[in-house]
Parts: sequence; structure tokens; C-alpha cells
Amino acid sequence: MLPHMRILIVEDDVEAASYLVKALSEAGHVADHARDGLSGYGMAGEGGYDCLIVDRMLPKMDGLSMIGGLRQQGLETPVLILSALGQVDDRVKGLRAGGDDYLAKPYAFSELLARVEILSRRKTPQVAESTYVVRDLRLDRLSHKVSRAGEDIPMQPREFRLLEYLMRNAGRVVTRTMLLEQVWDYHFDPGTNVIDVHISRLRSKIDKGQVRPLLHTVRGAGYVIRDDG
Amino acid sequence: MTTGNSFAALKGLVGTTAFKLSVVYLVASAIFSAGLITYVGWSARRLIDVQIGQTLTAQINGLEDQYRIGGVRRLTSVIERRSREPGSFLFLLQEPTGETIAGNISGVVAERFIGRRAVEASYRRLDDEGQTSDALVRTLVLPGNQRLLVGRDLEERERLNVVLNQALRILLGGLLLFGGLGSFFVARRALARIDAMSATSRSIMAGDLAERLPVSGSGDELDRLALSLNAMLDRIGELMQGMKEVSDNIAHDLKTPLTRLRNSAEQALRADKGQHDYRAALERCIMESDGLIRTFNALLLIARTEAGTGTDSFTSVDVSKMIDDISEMYEPSAEEAGALLTSNIEPGLIALGNRELLGQVVANLIDNAMKYGLPPVEGSPAQINVAARRFEGHIQITVSDHGTGIPHDMRGRAVERFGRLDVSRNKPGSGLGLSLATAVAHLHKGTLKLDSNSPGLKVVMEIPAVVLP
Repeated sequence: MLPHMRILIVEDDVEAASYLVKALSEAGHVADHARDGLSGYGMAGEGGYDCLIVDRMLPKMDGLSMIGGLRQQGLETPVLILSALGQVDDRVKGLRAGGDDYLAKPYAFSELLARVEILSRRKTPQVAESTYVVRDLRLDRLSHKVSRAGEDIPMQPREFRLLEYLMRNAGRVVTRTMLLEQVWDYHFDPGTNVIDVHISRLRSKIDKGQVRPLLHTVRGAGYVIRDDG
Repeated sequence: MTTGNSFAALKGLVGTTAFKLSVVYLVASAIFSAGLITYVGWSARRLIDVQIGQTLTAQINGLEDQYRIGGVRRLTSVIERRSREPGSFLFLLQEPTGETIAGNISGVVAERFIGRRAVEASYRRLDDEGQTSDALVRTLVLPGNQRLLVGRDLEERERLNVVLNQALRILLGGLLLFGGLGSFFVARRALARIDAMSATSRSIMAGDLAERLPVSGSGDELDRLALSLNAMLDRIGELMQGMKEVSDNIAHDLKTPLTRLRNSAEQALRADKGQHDYRAALERCIMESDGLIRTFNALLLIARTEAGTGTDSFTSVDVSKMIDDISEMYEPSAEEAGALLTSNIEPGLIALGNRELLGQVVANLIDNAMKYGLPPVEGSPAQINVAARRFEGHIQITVSDHGTGIPHDMRGRAVERFGRLDVSRNKPGSGLGLSLATAVAHLHKGTLKLDSNSPGLKVVMEIPAVVLP
């Protein structure tokens, strides 16, 4: 189980916010709510949050200005921007303003939760690990080698990047869209089962014939690499 | 019609551009004609004066010779003889004191017209009772100090003046009459046609969209205007028809999942059910909502693309790599679907564009090929090919399959929004893939064509290539 996080939701839609607060607390996190940009700016500035969830259109101070102001103050808390505008241009604007991730409304909560959990991890200073290990699965980032129980597994470059991303976030759920963004650098919905098939190929390489599978499907959310033992 | 009405009609007529232009033209041509005739008169006068002057000189020279031969006596007799000839010149021989020696005119003092040039003077003929006339005269001083005046009546010149004045009057009168009438009819005709056009426009505005502006068939400027406006109305009609079809299709494609969504929720509530059933019903609801969200997003994306937003964020895109990545992304799922996805990509194709949109289009086309492009007969090779190459300054991206294809007459429909062909309505998909592809092609100043792969469908997108220096 992941350690619980303190999350600030800056959102003017009270119903949507209270739904988020409830859902996040069910997932084991603590969430506060600010109703406009100005109070959000104040609350976030006091610090102590692991992650901010900020709506773009807010009364008193819009989301992007608020993030810009916080960044100028030197606040480095990861920010997830929520917006009804889901186009690529808006995403670019949001990230340029200091956001760390961008999610278009309406969204699935599982998607939001996965992104928030991965974002808040960034707060802890990243040690550039050269090897990821989950149980007996090893991935060497320098030599691009993967092995399970000491046995080398040949990998295509894309499969390697897929596994690398999953293992970097071991124990955290990653969604299909996150994989598409991180591994292929596209943001559209690929439809059908494009990502699933890549995962099942990867799974057959690393988990086939193993007593303890490591790559799990989280229903309705995505995938996770985890040692359940 | 009351007088007030006809006055208003006349006022409307006078106010027309055609009438005003005619009047301006009329005035201008009247001024020009009058000027022309005046000039002709003036030149003719000058010409006549010069000619008369020359004949006067010849006469004077002749008479001077006679004087030299026979003195005043001979001169007098010659003058008297010549005076009797019909249409004769005017002669007057006077003493320096002004006393007349011989001649056929009176009332003139020859003394006043001494000089080398002929000048105008009034005179009276002796045989004509006191009638004054105008003449050109010249006087020579003889060696015996007598004054010899020779003149020519200006009757001819006056006659010319009269003729020209009359011509001018007739011309101006005719011009005013016919020009005025002409302007009136031209204006009335233009006004009638414009009134007809306005009436038609009003009835079109009132809702009769099938009506078209009248075209006289003469090919004049009003006809050209009417034809252009009619073409515009046709286009608007097409767009309206398109809008109607789109809204019908939206109604169908959005209402169907909405109905399913509602039914699932309702059914779950109706009977006493276990938690498992509730769960299943809610999952169905979420699935349907996700489908709806996808459709809305696709619609918004198409609308924004068609409106041309996003061109300011164009960057240079490595199309070869992009297509390579996408086909690699789809290769495993194509295999799963029982098809072989092959690619044929020329390296180093660069375009100025939006990588995300172009990538999405290629993905959509491959996705379509996987859904609709599998061979109808089991066992025949299911092959999807993605190709990219340079072609006449463009990058040509082709996605082809060996499915049933799209019949020629239905290809236009296939690229329309929600233009899912009826035969495929039972398969998943929003039916927006090809219209997004078309919109993206247009955004990149390119084209999208559907072609036969005999058998199968070939979608060809062409966008301008960036030529590297």
C-alpha cells in the first residue's frame, strides 16, 4: 500500500470537488478543497501538499495564473491541471504555465488517481537509478538488458520502454493513456485494444511460465507491476 | 394608381443608378457635341476668311495693274464693268477726301480699311435700298493717292453659321429626347429586374429555399450577379442539407447510446436485484458514457480542425518516423485481428504540421482498415499496408486494405461526419474517422481521396512536403 498523500483540489464546481474529495479519501488520501483561484493560491502557498489538482477556469484567479504565481514563489508541488478543453494546444499551454500533467474533463477517476499517485512521487528527489528491480525481474537501463530469475529476455526497443516505465512506477497503477503518452508520446485515444495487446506481448515475455506473475491488470484502470508475494 | 404612387415610382426610377449614369452620359455627350460643332464652325469661318482674303488680294492686284496701264479712267471703267457682273465683288474708289469716284457700295470710308489684311466692315449696296450687310474688305492706296477698296460679302459665311446652329439645335434636341427616353427605359428595366431579385430574395428569406433569382439569359452584369448569387444559394442549400443530415446522424448516433445508458440504469432499478447485477448495470452505464464522451471529443476535434485552429502550433514533423511509430503501435493488434500490417515508408519525409493530429489520422485509418478492411471470405490473405512516399512535392500517405471496399458512389458519404455506411452500422466506431482525416488533410492544405484497392479500400492523403535545403 502506498503512503497516503495530502492533496489540494482547486475547483469551483462544489459537487465535482466533493466527489473528488470522497473518492480520494476512499483511495486512502487526504484531500482539501479550495473554491477559487485566490484561496487555492493561499492554501497551496502554505505548503504541505503532495499534489495539487487545479481546474483551469476558476473565479477570482484563473488556474494557469495561479500555477504561474506558485511556481514564481518557488513552490515545486506537482500540479495536475483539469480542463474542459482537451485539445493538444490547451495541454501545451497548461504544461508551459507550470503544470506537470493535464487531464481533460470528463475523466475517469481511476485515470485521475493513477496520474496523481505518479505525480506526487516526483516530489521525492529522483535518483537516477540505473537498474530497476521487482522481485527477480531486473531491467538495466544502461545496457538495455532485461532478465528474469537470471535469464536474459530479448526485448524490442518499444517493449523495453514500456517495461521501463512500468517498473519505474512499480507498485503504482498506470493507465493506457499514460502509457500512450509516455511510451509513444501521443495523446489521442487509440481505441480498440492497441495498448492491451502490447501489454499481453510483454506479459508473455516476462511472466510466461512463472509461478508468480508480476504484471497485473487492474480492472477498469490499467496495469501495474507489483510483487504480490 | 394614384398620382402619389406614380410620383413615388418616378422618384424611384430617377434614383436608380442606371438613370443617373444615363443622365451623366447624356450631359457629357451634349457638351461634347456642342463643343465639336462650335469648333467646326469656327474653323470653317477661318478657312472662309482666309480664302476671301486671298481672292481680295488677287482682285486688288488685278485692279492695280489696270490703274498702272490706264490710270484712274481705266480703273473706273473696269470697276463699273465688274460691278455689273452677277455675284460681283464690292468695289469702291475714293478720293483721299472720302469722295466716291466709282463703286457699287456706299456708307463706307475706304480710308479706314487701309492695310495688308482683310477686315470686316458694314456696307450698303447701291442697288439695294439701304440694306446693310457685312463684308470683308481691304483698301489699297493707289500711286495717285486714291483709295481703292475691294470687298466680298459675308453672306456665305452667315449661311454656314445658320446651318451649323440648326445642326446644333437638332442634335441637342435629339440627344435630349432619345437619351432621356433611353435612360428612362434602361432605368425602368434595371429597376424591374432588381425589384424581381429583391422579391425573390425576400421569399427565400421567408423560407422558400428552393427558389432562385431570375436570369434573363442576356449574360449582362445583372445576370452574372444573379448567377453568382444562385450558386451561393446552391452551396448554402448543400450545407443546410449537410447540416440536416449531420443532425439526423447525431440524433441517431448519440441517442442510441443515451437510450442504452438510460435503459441500463432503469432496468437495474426496476427489479429486486443483487449487488452483482447493480454492478454490472453501472459498468454498462460507464461504458456507454465513455463511448459518448469519445464521440463528443471527436466531434469537437473535427469542428476545431475544420475551423482551422492549431495551424499556429505547426512544427516540422518527421512523417516517416511518425507513420513508422503508429504502424508499429498497431501491428500487434492487427495480428490479433488476423491481419498482416505491413509498411512501406520512404525515410526522411518532413512536413510542417501537427504531429498529434497527423498521428491520430494515420491511427484512425489503420483502425478503420482493421475494422472494415478484412477480407469477406475466410482464408484469403488479410493484409493492411501503410505507405508513405514523396510525390510531386507532396507527401503521399496511403493506407490500403483488402476488404470489401467502398463502392464508388458511396465514397463521398463515407467521409462525411457520422457517414458510417449502413452496412457497417452494427460495428463499433463513431463514424468520424474519415471526416477527421479529411479535416486534418485540409488543415495541412492537403487532400484526402478514397480509391479502390481492387479489391479493398485505399485511402490516400496528400500533404505538402517541406523541402530541406
